[in-house]
Amino acid sequence: MAMLEVKNLGISFGGLRAVNGFDITIEKGQLYGLIGPNGAGKTTVFNLLTGVYRPDNGNILLDGQEIAGKKTIEISKAGIARTFQNIRLFSDMSVLDNVKAGLHNHHVYSAVAGIFHLPSYQKEEKLMNEKAMELLQVFELEGEAEILASNLPYGKQRKLEIARALATDPKLLLLDEPAAGMNPNETQSLMDMIRFVRDHFDMTILLIEHDMRLVSGICEELSVLNFGEVLAQGRTEDVLNNPQVITAYLGE
Amino acid sequence: MKKRMNKTAKQNAITYGIVILAYIIMQSMLMTGHISSSLSGLLVPFCYYVILAVSLNLTVGYLGELSLGHAGFMCVGAFASVFFTKCMEDVITVSLVRFMLALLVGALVAALFGVLIGIPVLRLRGDYLAIVTLAFGEIIKNLVNVLYVGKDSSGLHFSIKDAMSLGMEPGGTTIINGPQGITGIAKDSNFTIGIVLVLLTLFIVLRLISSRDGRAIKAIRDNRIAAESIGINITKYKLMAFSVSAALAGLGGALYAHNLSTLSATPKNFGYNMSIMILVYVVLGGIGSIRGSVIAPVVLNLVLDYFLRKFQMMGDNVVLQFLSDNRMLVYAILLIALMLFSWSPKAIEWRERVFHKKQPKEAE
Repeated sequence: MAMLEVKNLGISFGGLRAVNGFDITIEKGQLYGLIGPNGAGKTTVFNLLTGVYRPDNGNILLDGQEIAGKKTIEISKAGIARTFQNIRLFSDMSVLDNVKAGLHNHHVYSAVAGIFHLPSYQKEEKLMNEKAMELLQVFELEGEAEILASNLPYGKQRKLEIARALATDPKLLLLDEPAAGMNPNETQSLMDMIRFVRDHFDMTILLIEHDMRLVSGICEELSVLNFGEVLAQGRTEDVLNNPQVITAYLGE
Repeated sequence: MKKRMNKTAKQNAITYGIVILAYIIMQSMLMTGHISSSLSGLLVPFCYYVILAVSLNLTVGYLGELSLGHAGFMCVGAFASVFFTKCMEDVITVSLVRFMLALLVGALVAALFGVLIGIPVLRLRGDYLAIVTLAFGEIIKNLVNVLYVGKDSSGLHFSIKDAMSLGMEPGGTTIINGPQGITGIAKDSNFTIGIVLVLLTLFIVLRLISSRDGRAIKAIRDNRIAAESIGINITKYKLMAFSVSAALAGLGGALYAHNLSTLSATPKNFGYNMSIMILVYVVLGGIGSIRGSVIAPVVLNLVLDYFLRKFQMMGDNVVLQFLSDNRMLVYAILLIALMLFSWSPKAIEWRERVFHKKQPKEAE
């Protein structure tokens, strides 16, 4: 069964049909790219997948489970985690606490246990610390665990956002323009890291990206959105050589 | 990680230490009689101001929402607890036990109001939330002013008209008498209990904010959308922070009320001026700094008390009258001065030069 199966997804904002008849199928462990010109509706698709917007029509099956129209929290629990185009960290919290916030629904104890430091608090906090540090080590952030997230350099903030998303133990990871604002060197190491995340966590990844080097370098399949509709879909090199796609990006 | 745990624990220990040290100093001054009567009258107020400031800091500094109705929750806690005390005067004769229960009642009723008010109000953000909480504080104050409650052998009677319409049997007593409020309250509050309550408040707030729930609350403050995306229940945690804050304000209100012989809701004690004053304590102490909220109310009141006495001794009645009437003006000037001191480039430069010379620059 496919990890993510989207059928005929659509949403309108007033008179504007932002996404129309969007279909996508992503297999487990795949690295899938979603590209398209500015304003094509890519981030809207992410917002539909994560429940920020409710779709007007269509189905979203995550690992066979229908999640269309559910709330963001429920979708997070169902197993979709995301990062944001403009980084959204908990900036006044430490790097470690950012990741521990991601573990929120996996290590539960009551508020009373938290105030009186009951055994359940001790146990879960210890586990949380261990898990969070493990994740930080994967992203080479363990040395910065105590720093405020806002004090991290840009590239590391992107990494931390991915670490936090992975802390929720998702089935599907959505990356919204992970390479935005990065120089070629940083993009290169980001590509290695995304590949590593996929292999290390056995993760299914859907990413939005404008950087064609990154897209052609790591995505196995692509969907191209234009004016809210799928223009082309398939293996990366086929899609990128599709004349329609080239026209959509470069104009006539 | 060990180091970090120790660091937080150490910071918290210092905060507790400051409170205990202040208690020991004040208590020994009280016993040896080295304390002016006006200062000894301020000891219990210090305690409830600190409780109110620390609890408001939970809403303002950690939940990140500006609440201007804190005096409303204080009012609810004050009246609920005193009402309980009056009703139980004959039933529970041990005053300490009765007072403890009254404090609990005050906190619980205030928490209940916190939840009730929080459900609609927390849908709002920023200025709108501030305006609605401001209105809440005023409404509570005015409601209490028209509330009449009496007790006779057949039970409790309520009215919002006047004392006559309670329709009590002869021999019944009016407990809450509208604008006159509640009279003849047993003065159960004292400095020691106040300090214990301050420590309890600190304990609850400091432990809460460093727990899983506290992380969720701070995550919502820092980025609501991201918090939601990792599965944090926004409504639940906003409500939790808001109602804990309200409960502690109720506790402060109960302590306040049992320090008086007559409790009535006036613009002076439960009006928006009070809410603003608590907010001033929080801001001056530092938004998000619990220790600041402990120190600011005490220092501000001590300084004000000092000047009031100075002018009293000088016989300068004009200034004296002006100062005691325009407390808020003094606070406003202080706030402006603080703003200038913390944000003007010259001040920052000066502080860097003077204070940060020896300290290594924080890792970035």
